[in-house]
Amino acid sequence: MIKEKYYISDFCSIRDNKVFKNGDQLYIDSESDNLKDFAKGVYKFLELKYPKFHKMDELCKLGFLASEVLLKDREKVDQDTALVLSNRSSSLDTDRKHQVSIRDREDFYPSPAVFVYTLPNIIMGEISIKNKMKSENAFFVTESFDADFMSRYSEILMNTGKASNVICGWVDLDNDKYDVFLAFLSKKGKKKLTKEELNNLYNQ
Amino acid sequence: MRKIYLVADNIISPLGFSTEENINNLRLNQTGIKKIEDDYIWSEPFFGAVINNDELSKAWKKISNDSGYTKLEKMMLLSVSKLLVENPSLDITKCGIIISTTKGNINNLRDDSDEKVYLASISKAVQHYFKSDHTPVILSNACISGGLALAVGKRMIQSELFEDVVVIGGDLLSEFTLSGFFSFQAVSPAPCKPFCKNRTGISLGEAAASAWLSSNKENVTDEAISIVGDASANDANHISGPSRTGEGLYISIKKALKEAGLESNQIDYITAHGTATPYNDEMEAIAFNRAGMQSVPINSLKGYYGHTLGASALIESIIARHCLINNELFASLGFEELGVSESINVIAKNDKKELKRVLKTASGFGGCNVALIIEKEVS
Amino acid sequence: MAELREELKEKLIEQLSLEDVEVSEIGDNDPLFGDGLGLDSIDALELIVLLEKDYGIKLKDPKEGKAIFESISVMADYISKHRTK
Repeated sequence: MIKEKYYISDFCSIRDNKVFKNGDQLYIDSESDNLKDFAKGVYKFLELKYPKFHKMDELCKLGFLASEVLLKDREKVDQDTALVLSNRSSSLDTDRKHQVSIRDREDFYPSPAVFVYTLPNIIMGEISIKNKMKSENAFFVTESFDADFMSRYSEILMNTGKASNVICGWVDLDNDKYDVFLAFLSKKGKKKLTKEELNNLYNQ
Repeated sequence: MRKIYLVADNIISPLGFSTEENINNLRLNQTGIKKIEDDYIWSEPFFGAVINNDELSKAWKKISNDSGYTKLEKMMLLSVSKLLVENPSLDITKCGIIISTTKGNINNLRDDSDEKVYLASISKAVQHYFKSDHTPVILSNACISGGLALAVGKRMIQSELFEDVVVIGGDLLSEFTLSGFFSFQAVSPAPCKPFCKNRTGISLGEAAASAWLSSNKENVTDEAISIVGDASANDANHISGPSRTGEGLYISIKKALKEAGLESNQIDYITAHGTATPYNDEMEAIAFNRAGMQSVPINSLKGYYGHTLGASALIESIIARHCLINNELFASLGFEELGVSESINVIAKNDKKELKRVLKTASGFGGCNVALIIEKEVS
Repeated sequence: MAELREELKEKLIEQLSLEDVEVSEIGDNDPLFGDGLGLDSIDALELIVLLEKDYGIKLKDPKEGKAIFESISVMADYISKHRTK
């Protein structure tokens, strides 16, 4: 198998009410004390007009916003750009909401708009819809961000021609604590794709 | 490119705790779906396919005294244990392991939520039980998880990360998922009827399964069955509604065929997703027609197992392997009269037919789709 | 009836997370699906839950929803005739 060199072209993270792209702080919100308000602030900051955003659960909002930041300066995203995401808590934040709605058999009103988000791969569905990406998707659940596995699997997709580029990363939300990191992997860039480099950028 | 063989498998389902028992029941057109009256799951009777707790306990006691595992973990561990007993040359401590599940131990969310609700706890349980060197990876990609896990396993072996991979899949029939599908008005009031005019929705099921993927042909004892093409594609259309053009499924099929170097007329049998919701089955019929496969014999096994979520596409791939070995086709249970707008060739009765290649597909929430091409080597 | 219509508009915005929409922007006879408010299949399912939870109306066939959810006026009319709470 011919193994090409791949690069981390862009990366971004969302943590502690701050948004970073390629290491630079893009946005800070020192006022919001909850994720919903913070996410809405980022949405406004990015000047998005996308009513579907407001229907998303908080996990999807985080992944979606990160993808918008990551892809912001690209004119067009290749339809074959794969999505390879991971986290620790799956969709547990919304799972809990659905569970609350069915806790009492006398007051039993599960919501379809909540239930649909009880799957972590919906984040990739939302990003695919926005960017018209009809590509490979895979959602992995690991104890912590596994740069080794994520970089290897992304390389496999590009080596085998199953994807032209890959957006890979970590989108986790659990009990209001969140941690988001996305990287755009392609044949162009300055930072070589290695597990060490990916891990360094995640830990920045 | 390395060839990836599907060497051996096991299924733990209401139709039996071995692949052989499962196949025998399919041959008899026996369904695992029945009327369930279990207040723990639902306050009213409903149709679904559940694994009897007493039978599972009995089987579990034969392999372990440890009662610290959940029902789903026991199903998965039992499946892999049986796979290992039947295949002494498989050294699971050295294999890559992929676990496919959508909701894992979701019942643990009901009362005092504990660590078991985190999917990685299943990975820990499997690693601990089999003392494996590598931490199993969890794949949670809605209803295509089981098929995608096989694709991921194949890709990992082809890239020489591992020589052997064990894929494990499993999900429970829980109040959590049942209530959600009810809120989607998607649960059938009778056993589901895939592709039928009278279909009204899904029946849920529970099961676990495991499969051994290997690049080493020496491991092949039965006929050599390999995965020769695989692809996944997103519809990029809607997070719950299937695409009206079958876009992602069509792309997946085309790409899988391309990798395998095959044309659509070289496929002998399609084991479809066929959940029996009006929109899903319609979408599949459109995609198969776009791919030029309208006359290929097709069935859905949901009428036997119900929809077992993260296990379903794995189980259906395992059954496909045995259909190739035995040259037989099973009736698409529940089907009476075609109820999709585009013509497809639904298998009405069990049949014997020389088979060389099978297409397995699955589609799920989030707009995801997967296609696998499984081939028999003719010596 | 006017009161019920206002109530429904508020509920729609709240339940269906129509953040960018104001009550005054929803006309009584505007189509809710398609070109109107642009609601989708999940919204339709959510409205079925709303009917049951807030007004005690359980649809026998979910397909009935299509006609009932045509516009705020039609919905209000249906609810006032069939509500049990």
